[in-house]
Amino acid sequence: MSTTIRWVDPALVIDPAAGGPVELAGARCPVCATTAFPFQGGCPRCGGEAMERVALPTTGSLWSYTVQNFEPKPPYRGVEPFEPYGVGYVDLGDVCVESRLTVNDPAALSLGMAMRLVTITAFVDGDEPVLTFAFAPQEVAA
Amino acid sequence: MSTDVAIVGIGIHPFGRTEGVSGRAQGAHAARQALGDAGVQWSDIQFTYGGSHSAGDADSLVSDLGLTGAPFINVHNGCGTGGSALISARSALLSGQYDLGMVVGFDKHPRGAFATKPSSLGIGDWYGETGMMVTTQFFAQKIGRYMEQYGIGEETLAAVAEKSFSLGAANPNAWRRSPKTRQEILDAPMVNHPLTQYMFCSPGEGGVALVLARGEVAHRYTANPIYLRSAEFRSRRFGSFEVFSPWTTPEILSGPTGDASAAAFTSAGIGPEDIDVAQIQDTESGAEIMHMAETGLCAHGEQEKLILTGETRPDGSLPVNTDGGVIANGEPIGATGLRQVFESVLQLRGDAGDRQVPGNPKTGFTHVYGAPGISACTVLSR
Repeated sequence: MSTTIRWVDPALVIDPAAGGPVELAGARCPVCATTAFPFQGGCPRCGGEAMERVALPTTGSLWSYTVQNFEPKPPYRGVEPFEPYGVGYVDLGDVCVESRLTVNDPAALSLGMAMRLVTITAFVDGDEPVLTFAFAPQEVAA
Repeated sequence: MSTDVAIVGIGIHPFGRTEGVSGRAQGAHAARQALGDAGVQWSDIQFTYGGSHSAGDADSLVSDLGLTGAPFINVHNGCGTGGSALISARSALLSGQYDLGMVVGFDKHPRGAFATKPSSLGIGDWYGETGMMVTTQFFAQKIGRYMEQYGIGEETLAAVAEKSFSLGAANPNAWRRSPKTRQEILDAPMVNHPLTQYMFCSPGEGGVALVLARGEVAHRYTANPIYLRSAEFRSRRFGSFEVFSPWTTPEILSGPTGDASAAAFTSAGIGPEDIDVAQIQDTESGAEIMHMAETGLCAHGEQEKLILTGETRPDGSLPVNTDGGVIANGEPIGATGLRQVFESVLQLRGDAGDRQVPGNPKTGFTHVYGAPGISACTVLSR
């Protein structure tokens, strides 16, 4: 069995080969401190051209959410059969990142709830799982 | 130079699904109706700006309308196509170069939500492959936050769509012509929480054309010119929350709707409090609610009371989307912004039939919002 980890886009994460906890790769402007995701070369605020690749925080709070109840048209590639999935923006302090959520019940989601970064299978190509990032509610300490 | 531009003729092909009639043919139908309304011939039109997103090149209409040699400029600017064509035509007339021109928009889209390629917006394929390239998710998330911030309930979402369907039933050019109850709307399949199927518009078909004249000569063509007092277009600034955004700022700092509407009011020299009838982007129920305040027509948080007490109906104090909006008319991209102007002209002429705003409205406002963060607004008056 192959141990190669395949990401939907390796540029999304700092170390796409890492098997353990991942970090998202953002872009930070050294001039105006604006943070964007994923990495981009130009600053959307000041037009600077020297964006630095930075690891984004792996925990944050839920800024907005919804549930995708119907199967999107291509280019969507999901795991068959289709199951509704959560989508939300997670506030990581300097930037809100849009992400799949591991929860698809709106009653189990609320604005401001603590979230943590995880990895999920976006789709399966042949028999190879293709990974993407998602956020999950933080477990409450027992 | 000229100081005013007037709409002297209007035409429409009914919105919805017209099997066997191409988008181009719907555009030609609207153009002929607008010419007839203005009492002019196609050969009198000195220039045209026109657009369609997915129904062919607008300038090919000349092979149906007549090969006159006049310039016909295609506009391809997404949801802002109609607004961009209108702004361009207005500038051409204000410059004094022309006396009479046309703006036309039409479209015919396949069923279902719009499918957009991430790469066309500079976004990686991963965004679409993982299921986030879906416009409806954005609107659901924006209204979800807004409802919590301002204490707006789901019944208000349903009340907006109830009004849209009821006005669609009163509009012979609308697609959705059957009223629906709030309960039917709330009980419809959930698309993206908290928005159900009947709270959303659908891509559709239709065509609209306007004949515009330099203000000084408008009375040659009509006894009831409706003046286009301003037309402004804005793209997003930093810190706006937009559709198709893999990231956004934790605090919403700006928005193209606020920018374009403020510019339109400043340019027209009147304020939102002076508007008698408004057509605003209602991609879904929540958009109508949020855009009421973003355009300045009311304060943030005031909407629920205005909507639930009927003040946004034609006989209320703040009539909004009197033709049923895009919820009842569908959204043919090339025609949608011009449909709002068409309805405004009908209302200001007093020709809106069963959905006429009483008391001889004098001023109208239109607002379009679309991907990837644009807005086009106009102010009109008799």
